[in-house]
Amino acid sequence: MDSASPQAATVTGSTGLDDAIRQLKFRDPSLARGLAETIARVTREIGRSPVSVMHVCGSHEQAIAKFGLRATFPAELNVIMGPGCPVCITDTPEVDEGVALARQGIVVASYGDMIRVPGTRRSLADAQAEGARVEVVYSAAQAVDLARRLPAEQVVFFATGFETTAVATAAILRSNPPENFSVLSAHKYIPPVMEIVAEMPETRVEGFLAAGHAATITGWGIFEGFVERHGIPVVVAGFEPLDILAGLARLVELVRDRAPRVVNMFPRCVTKEGNRKAQAELWSVFRPLGGRWRGIAHVPNGNLRLREEWAHRDARKRFRIDLTALWDEAPAGLAQQCICGDIMSGISSPSDCDLFGKECVPDTPVGACMVSSEGTCKIWHQYGGLPDLRGAL
Amino acid sequence: MCLGVPGRVVSVSEGFAVVDFWGVRREVRLDIVDQPVSPGDYILNHVGFAIRRIPEEDIGETIALYDTLLAEGANDDLMTADVRAEIAGTGRDNG
Repeated sequence: MDSASPQAATVTGSTGLDDAIRQLKFRDPSLARGLAETIARVTREIGRSPVSVMHVCGSHEQAIAKFGLRATFPAELNVIMGPGCPVCITDTPEVDEGVALARQGIVVASYGDMIRVPGTRRSLADAQAEGARVEVVYSAAQAVDLARRLPAEQVVFFATGFETTAVATAAILRSNPPENFSVLSAHKYIPPVMEIVAEMPETRVEGFLAAGHAATITGWGIFEGFVERHGIPVVVAGFEPLDILAGLARLVELVRDRAPRVVNMFPRCVTKEGNRKAQAELWSVFRPLGGRWRGIAHVPNGNLRLREEWAHRDARKRFRIDLTALWDEAPAGLAQQCICGDIMSGISSPSDCDLFGKECVPDTPVGACMVSSEGTCKIWHQYGGLPDLRGAL
Repeated sequence: MCLGVPGRVVSVSEGFAVVDFWGVRREVRLDIVDQPVSPGDYILNHVGFAIRRIPEEDIGETIALYDTLLAEGANDDLMTADVRAEIAGTGRDNG
């Protein structure tokens, strides 16, 4: 990369960029400046506006917003957060299944953010307020501990998250949990949704920044087929502000050069083949199945469901889940105005939403994107919305 | 949830390691890490499982972000809160 070249340092020289860099908490501001200037120069060399690239990870968006990286991007570059928030893309009927189980007297263990995500009519927190037993856990292992402590109860772990988290659920199931423990899997698999978003005409994504830690499991080689099918480059990036800037610099270079390929900019955690042991655990317990992602689309192979051999641990097979009682009532009015799906597809921004920061705030979220710490709306709300210091959009 | 958190291995027993995360020691499972892990190694932990042994030369780069987040200490910061939750969600407390 030519990011540190002396020519790069003279290209922009704007005080806006200087201010932005000064505000960043970088250990190496000169490197950050070089990368930001490379991104600006290369984006302009592409000669189109906007150039839209997408990342698919809540932690990337957190870092971009927290460290104010958008302030360093050129006006022509649109860095969009796609469907990278596992809580947000968990579909309404999946929440409804958890709510129904809880209301049937089963103890439902869930990650904390998930209990506040609205179902058709109720969230798990609503069910809890009405007397159902819903327990917050930080990990699948804690859900198993809960089942051990409550031998007379049935405990269902509402398993949400992408492949990195699904691997942990798989390992827990394989380590002989007590008989009263089952899993309601709402796990999702990222590579298939990239195929969908890449083909959405409204989005026109020209490059993907892939999440480093999911790729730790899958390996970067998994994206080669995607690049071949769609002609869109993929750069795997880490989570440091410098990692993200370096990843974006490489990504816009690949867009400029019309050279779609996979580049791994996070070799300290990601290899081509990934963690094969983890992949073996994952696919011994789960199988990919098509299904809806909240607000986005039906995603072929996008859901991870328990394999037939694990039917005895599958809450959908062990219990009769009656959703009809939940669907007799109409969904809440405000929820109909929520544009979470468009935001996660990269078609709209939180600032396009009439509810954002008004009816919909972290304490009283209308949509899932305002619930999760990885949701675009909550991240923008905390870190001051779109820190648009570029003066143009 | 996707961020994970790195930590230093203090001791290793059958299937588990005791790992130090910025002064907090937790048990981390070794079922899915694909390389041997020894005391002194750094691992990347995700919801209670080591998913990667971090190469020695990359440790400084890897922990710098977390140093920043945890040193700032603001509990209402989303990233800091996620990292703290990740540590809290890891195995059992171990001193």
